[in-house]
Amino acid sequence: MKTDDLIAALSADAATLEPPLDRAALRFLAFGALVAALLFVTLLGPRHDWRLAIETVHYPLKFVPTALLAVGGVGALLRLARPDGRIGLWGAVLALAVAVLLAAVAVELAMVPSSDWLRLAIGHNAPHCLALIPFLSIAPLAAAVLAARHGASTRPRLTGLVAGLAAAGIGATLYAMNCDDDSPLFVVLWYPLGIAVVAGLGAWAGRRFLVW
Amino acid sequence: MRAALAGDGRAYRALLEALTPRLRAIVARALARAGASNADLEDVVQETLLAIHLKRHTWDPSAPLAPWVQAIARNKTIDALRRRGRRIEVDVADFAEILPSAPDRDPTEGGDVERLLGELGERQRDIVRSIGVEERSVRETADRLGMSEGAVRVALHRGLKTLADLYRRSAT
Repeated sequence: MKTDDLIAALSADAATLEPPLDRAALRFLAFGALVAALLFVTLLGPRHDWRLAIETVHYPLKFVPTALLAVGGVGALLRLARPDGRIGLWGAVLALAVAVLLAAVAVELAMVPSSDWLRLAIGHNAPHCLALIPFLSIAPLAAAVLAARHGASTRPRLTGLVAGLAAAGIGATLYAMNCDDDSPLFVVLWYPLGIAVVAGLGAWAGRRFLVW
Repeated sequence: MRAALAGDGRAYRALLEALTPRLRAIVARALARAGASNADLEDVVQETLLAIHLKRHTWDPSAPLAPWVQAIARNKTIDALRRRGRRIEVDVADFAEILPSAPDRDPTEGGDVERLLGELGERQRDIVRSIGVEERSVRETADRLGMSEGAVRVALHRGLKTLADLYRRSAT
């Protein structure tokens, strides 16, 4: 078949245009986050004393890095889902999530006597945390991979990994509402493990599903 | 491209025709950089055109078109090189005496797409050929095959998507 013939066939198909990437992707992601939120509300719910906890410093502080991870992850995903896309400033948002958490850890280490460090870091919800962050991230991860599949990434594994980070940001934000271990020492020790599981899954899914 | 995204078929055709020589240049450069021969040039150009078509919703209309086109062309060249890496290449010159001389081929003729068309369902292949090679309109094709225009459009779109899938599968 000649190239001109192919062009003739392609231009006859000009009317079948898929919805623009950003709009379609955000719709997928909103749906994934909604499913995760429904699972959270029906199976877990926020911790019983959340009204009191919200007045403290530690409890609301947990949401800053997780929300930054979700926002930065989604932003980076929308960029990487395009063939010519670069992470750009969204990479800085992801780095900021890490920086905020590490700063909180530094302050906590300075304020709390060292005899308490281990108790705070181990907490009493670690197995929960490890299981529930990936669990709450499953629907957002599926949505993020579908969103990226609607795009055309030239770096499937990295894009999958970022899809995993975005999904884990949503999952971790939900989980943080339930968890009553509020010390940054707990967050820095356990959350990244749960998040890494999701990111690894994402990278695997990227290689598998984001090739076009 | 903006007019094409608005569904203007004629503008779209003009755009693809204008892009094709640039694609040839981009792909030729990428092949040369990889130290590969130009034998598959037109195949890669055609695969790139198909990818541009099916993924045109991933172009951000507020961004320039060239980097987007280049990224797709480069990516498809790499796919093609990977595919070729799995085939054993022999130097044709070694067999020059025992091979019949190749018939002169139109340099814009793509072998891959022809082979992959063979793997499409009969109906889809008919429609792609009728509109592409035989330059019939959607309506003429519909009349000839006794289908509605809408059904021809759907079958054409599915056929093109399947072609892209077949390219991908032959790459893995």
